[in-house]
Amino acid sequence: MLAEAAEPDEPSGPHPFAPIPYVVRSVVQETPDTVTLAIAPHGSRRIPPARPGQFAMLYAFGLGESPIGVSGSAGEGVLFHTVRDAGRITHALTRLTPGDGVGVRGPYGRGWPMEAARGRDVVIVAGGLGLPPLRPALRTILRDRDAYGRLEIIYGARTPKDLVYAAELQEWRRRGDLRLQVTVDAAGRDWYGDVGVVTTRIPDARFDPARTVAFVCGPEIMMKLTARALLARGVPASATWVSMERNMKCALGFCGHCQFGPSFVCRDGPVLSFEGLAPRLGVREV
Amino acid sequence: MSAPSRDLEAAIARHPFFAGLAPELVHAVSAGAEARVVAPGALIAREGTPADVFCLVVAGKIALEVGAPDRPTLTVQTLGPGEVLGWSWLIPPHRWRFDARAVKETRFLALPADALRGILADHPAWGFDVLRRLVPVLAERLENTRVQLVDLHAR
Repeated sequence: MLAEAAEPDEPSGPHPFAPIPYVVRSVVQETPDTVTLAIAPHGSRRIPPARPGQFAMLYAFGLGESPIGVSGSAGEGVLFHTVRDAGRITHALTRLTPGDGVGVRGPYGRGWPMEAARGRDVVIVAGGLGLPPLRPALRTILRDRDAYGRLEIIYGARTPKDLVYAAELQEWRRRGDLRLQVTVDAAGRDWYGDVGVVTTRIPDARFDPARTVAFVCGPEIMMKLTARALLARGVPASATWVSMERNMKCALGFCGHCQFGPSFVCRDGPVLSFEGLAPRLGVREV
Repeated sequence: MSAPSRDLEAAIARHPFFAGLAPELVHAVSAGAEARVVAPGALIAREGTPADVFCLVVAGKIALEVGAPDRPTLTVQTLGPGEVLGWSWLIPPHRWRFDARAVKETRFLALPADALRGILADHPAWGFDVLRRLVPVLAERLENTRVQLVDLHAR
């Protein structure tokens, strides 16, 4: 194994299940069903800084919690979370407006192994809403760009209107120190970019397989096929890291809802090495 | 048929589809081949019309489009440099299955399908070599289509 995923910090709070009150500062409508919330502590208490790839439990008061990856942070304890309306709780979260309250627990889990990536080429592959949990890793690399080798970002979505972070995509496209490939599964004639599943862009990616670390986040089948395509390019399974999502409820490794073979995704993940995961991904009962 | 230009033959030999194959094969398929440049928006192939060329994409981008009544035209795949357009030239009735349109200015090498089929039929070893290059393209596109059917981004 190349390295261990980043160790989680000890989450703070008076009780492990008690959320800390935050307030919505701003809401950006990314797509028709997806928003990015900027939330700030409502009072003196705040969760510890999140490492790239960690997640928090966002509590929609009166409804319940949902695990949402941290997609960014700013001063004064501000957190960014990109949320898609995909259920009762996330529906409520996407309806929040500035000034509304939201509860936060976390941050939880092991994040992207940023130390293991230093000095290496980095390939970031995101499918759909897999980009938000990867954004902090990307920003970490861009803040210390010389510490890493080539940087290749491959981002796939269902259609052009499902792409998030439009402004940042433009900014990344303009940069000379990274290469961005954006592809969609289908498009109309007004789309001049690539069309095809995200794995079709791997053969064209520029990296040295022997000194590459890959961070992959998206639907499970996309991650499996991407890791397979990376293997075909010579990137060992031990150098490919994926972020799993499995029915996380307590986020503390107590309840077992997110058990995936010998791992609890909330505690041992969500970022896991593909080397250990690969045999389990093919087992339907796990 | 006139002898192919050396530049054209060299360009075909450099293209990933033919790279490494027998020079005699490359020489043979170069006869009658053309280097074409099309403007953005130009239709390269139209569904149902004779698939009379096998296209090796050199530069630019080609969209494979599916049209359906009462629905906007949908691009289901794009092809770029190093890729090939079409296998309809090989499979009867030799008619294009999709529309192919240039997304931007695109350069490709057009190999005449009639001649190509004849060469491959007359030289089974070359035919096998070409099929060994073409089948992975088909297999990859079939797998990608299946993945699209699964809908990677479904909720």
